[in-house]
Parts: sequence; C-alpha cells; structure tokens
Amino acid sequence: MAEQTGTRKHVFSKKIDAFFKGLADAWNFVKRFFQEVFVPPYEFKEVIHQCYRIGVESLPLISLTGFIVGIVFTNQSRPSLSEFGATSWLPSLIAIAIVRAMGPLVTALIAAGKVGSGIGAEIGSMKVTEQIDAMEVSATNPYKFLVVTRVLATTLMIPVLVMYTDFVALMGAFINVNANELVSISTFFAQVFSSVTFLDIFSSIIKSLFFGFTIGMVGCYKGYTSSKGTEGVGRAANSAVVISMFLIFIEELLSLQIINLFRMK
Amino acid sequence: MENREKVVVIRDLYKAFGELEVLKGVDLDLYREENLVVLGRSGTGKSVLIKIMVGLLQQDSGSMEVLGKEISKLGVRELNEMRLKIGFSFQNSALYDSMTVRENMEFPLVRNIKNLTKKEISMRIEELLDAVGLPQTINQMPSELSGGQKKRIGVARTLVLNPEIMLYDEPTAGLDPITCVEINNLINEVRERYKTTSIVITHDLSCAKQTGDRMAVLLEGQFGALGTFEEVFPHAEDQRIKSFYDYNFINS
Repeated sequence: MAEQTGTRKHVFSKKIDAFFKGLADAWNFVKRFFQEVFVPPYEFKEVIHQCYRIGVESLPLISLTGFIVGIVFTNQSRPSLSEFGATSWLPSLIAIAIVRAMGPLVTALIAAGKVGSGIGAEIGSMKVTEQIDAMEVSATNPYKFLVVTRVLATTLMIPVLVMYTDFVALMGAFINVNANELVSISTFFAQVFSSVTFLDIFSSIIKSLFFGFTIGMVGCYKGYTSSKGTEGVGRAANSAVVISMFLIFIEELLSLQIINLFRMK
Repeated sequence: MENREKVVVIRDLYKAFGELEVLKGVDLDLYREENLVVLGRSGTGKSVLIKIMVGLLQQDSGSMEVLGKEISKLGVRELNEMRLKIGFSFQNSALYDSMTVRENMEFPLVRNIKNLTKKEISMRIEELLDAVGLPQTINQMPSELSGGQKKRIGVARTLVLNPEIMLYDEPTAGLDPITCVEINNLINEVRERYKTTSIVITHDLSCAKQTGDRMAVLLEGQFGALGTFEEVFPHAEDQRIKSFYDYNFINS
C-alpha cells in the first residue's frame, strides 16, 4: 500500500501525508506561541508598535465599512419591519445584530484582509530574503520578535476595533433611522442599550479575542513557512487571508452554539 | 600552519536534501586568523557548509567542531552563545528592511549585551560604521542604500557583537568590479582590525585571490583541492578546477 518515493515512505498518498504534516507543523507553531509568550525577554516596544500598526492604521477602513454596514443594514431591515408596523423596533434589531454578529464578523473579515495579508507578506518576504535567518544567527529569537508580538497585537486590538466598529455602525444606523423615523439620538441609544445585554457584549469581546488570535497566528504561520521566492510571498499573503476567513466563520459558528447554551440557562 | 590553533574542524560531513546529496564527506581545518575561501560552482553546497556552522541547517552525519564544540550537539542556549562568536554576512545582506541602519545594528546588540547605556550603544555603532566607511548612512533605511553599501552595513552589523569567526556568503555577488574590490579590501581590513578568522564563500576568483590565505574548491560534495591560490589554480591538473579558473580569468 505504501508508496515509496526516494528514501521516504508515504503512509497514505503524498498529498494526504503533506496535509497531516502541515497540520502537525501548524499545531507546533501555535504551541510554541504559548511556550514563548510568558517567558522573558519581552518585546514590549514591538508589541506596542504592532498594536499601533494594526489598530490605528486600520481605523479609516474600519470606520468607513462599519458606517456603511450600519446604514445598509438599517435600510434593508426597514421594509420587513414596516410590514408589521414595527419600525420602532429598528434600533433594537440593529443593535442586537451589530453587537452579536455583524460588528465582530465585519471587523474580523476586514482585519483578515488588511492585517492578515500584511503580516503574511511581511514575514514571508523576511523569510525569503534571509532576514529571519539573520535574526537567528545573531542569537535573537525571531519567533518571539516577529510572531509573539504580532499575535499579541492582533489578539488585543481586534476586540478594541470591534467595539469601535459597533459604535460607528450604530452611528450609521442612527443617521438612517433619524432621517426616516425622526428618532432622536437619546431615544435611539436608549433603545440600543435596553436591548443589548452584558452577555452580548462579553461574548462579542471573547470571540473577537479568538478572531484576533486566528488572524495573527495564520498570517505569521503562512509567512514564516513561505518559500519559493516572491511567488511564495504572494501565496503566503493570499492563503493567510483565505484560511483566516475560513477559520473566522467556523469560530463564529462555534461561538454561536456556545453562547446560545448560556442564553438558554 | 599545523601548529596554529584550529578554530573549525570538519570531519566526514554529509548533508543531503531529499535525494540530492550536497556534501559527501567534507573534511576541513580552519586556523585562527586565517582567511579561507571556499570556491565552487552554484549548488555545490558552499553556503550549506557555513549554514551548518551556525546551526541554521543540521548535518546528516559527520562532525563540525567550532571553537572546540560540536555544533550539532549544542542546546538552544549553547548554540546562541556560540552564534555570538560567529558573524554571518548574508549573500543579499539580509538587512531588516523595516528598520534604519542604526536600528539594524542595535537589534543584536541590545538583545545580547545587557546593561549597555545608550551612549555606549551609539559609540559602538558609530565606530563600526566608520570602520566600514559609511557613517553618513546611520539614519537611512536599507531601501535607500546601494548594493555595496548594504553589504558593508551587513558586515558592520555582524561585527557589532565582536565575533571571533566571520562567515561571508558570496560577498561580491551582484556587485560591480570596483565595489567588489572595496568589499574585498573590507574583508581584509576586518581581519586585520578585529583579528577574526574568516570563511569566504564565493565563485569569484578575483575575490578569492584578494582575500584568501587558502582556497578550498568544492567539487561534487568534497574538497577537490586545498591550498594557496598559486598551489590550487594556475597549473591545476583537474579539468574542473582548470575550467573554473579559465572561465574566471580568461573568458570574463
């Protein structure tokens, strides 16, 4: 059964073996993060630098997208509610949808595209130009400097960006509601806060932490393991986005199931 | 030569990548403050040899002793201690392109030598930039430097930790002939000034002649010739070495 290629025997086919080897490599890469994150030396300065890059530099895109999401979602929801004469429920509906799902999901997907691909390309290019080797031979730990700092930064900054997106999207929704239903900002936000629970906000932050960790880790892993020159860098950036997005949707699905268990109690 | 201290001792070193055997039983002694040039065609394993020396790659079998310690048997901490004694100048310089020249040079220094004041760090960096003739580049980004300048800064960055051994991977690759001569002079100056022992990997015979005390020619995974430039090249009997010499000095 076993195919033999050169000196190496494949347990299944070459591709299936490579898949499992890739999974094992990825697992070891993630495991190494937890082994190194708590051990000195700490790269505080680089973590702050990365937080700035990931957080502040994403703000324009996040602001625009969040605002548009708020407006569009409000517009799309209005006809359905108006059929039942329930347009007064718009603020509640929008708040729940944005805080529970759309805010975290939209932010994470945008960050996967912007930040994840950036990390994948940056580390990938450092890999193929031997900059990572240069760090290694100068007795410094490239994993700690490049991976731990970036993963910490994405994990810390995505929840902050999610809260910001929630706010901007709600502002977009308010402008739409105000223009159509003539609702004041105090009434709008009174309805928003009466419909959103602590569990909604808490679960949103927790899953954003996971989204951030995923974006950082996938970007770093794809960059760190890239090869084949500039083509490899492009592939690393591309697959960092695709895999991050895929994992974010899976995490969203899982978190929904877990949060629903708490809601039912 | 045999009475001098051996800094690197390589015995029966093998390394393969899949089915491709690159090093097939390499033996070599490197003596203190010697400049040894390793020559060979592309893909003969010249860079592999020095990457094994700094633990970036591991040999399949054989031994590689550096400063009396077998590299493959060192743990992470001991390997890092050893790496502080070995400077590695990369083929494409490998400067960190998101950092300025100063930050590039600070990077290994602040992470490996504790309790240095900012003034001491600055003095060390400025001294080395002076030594490589590029003090004016201190605040420039690598993208603003020429190929030759990058090589010089790369060398300065490796010297920041006071290495005993310098490894130069293709130091003149992709440079114009005048810059090549400047880099060759720099390699010799580094040896004179910092008393380093060096291995220079190249396929450029001008570089080899100018920088090397001894030449080692890698042929099909083993050293086919070892000796001074005059011993190895002008009257080589091995056709492969002869053609290597002819192509460098006659055809080019």
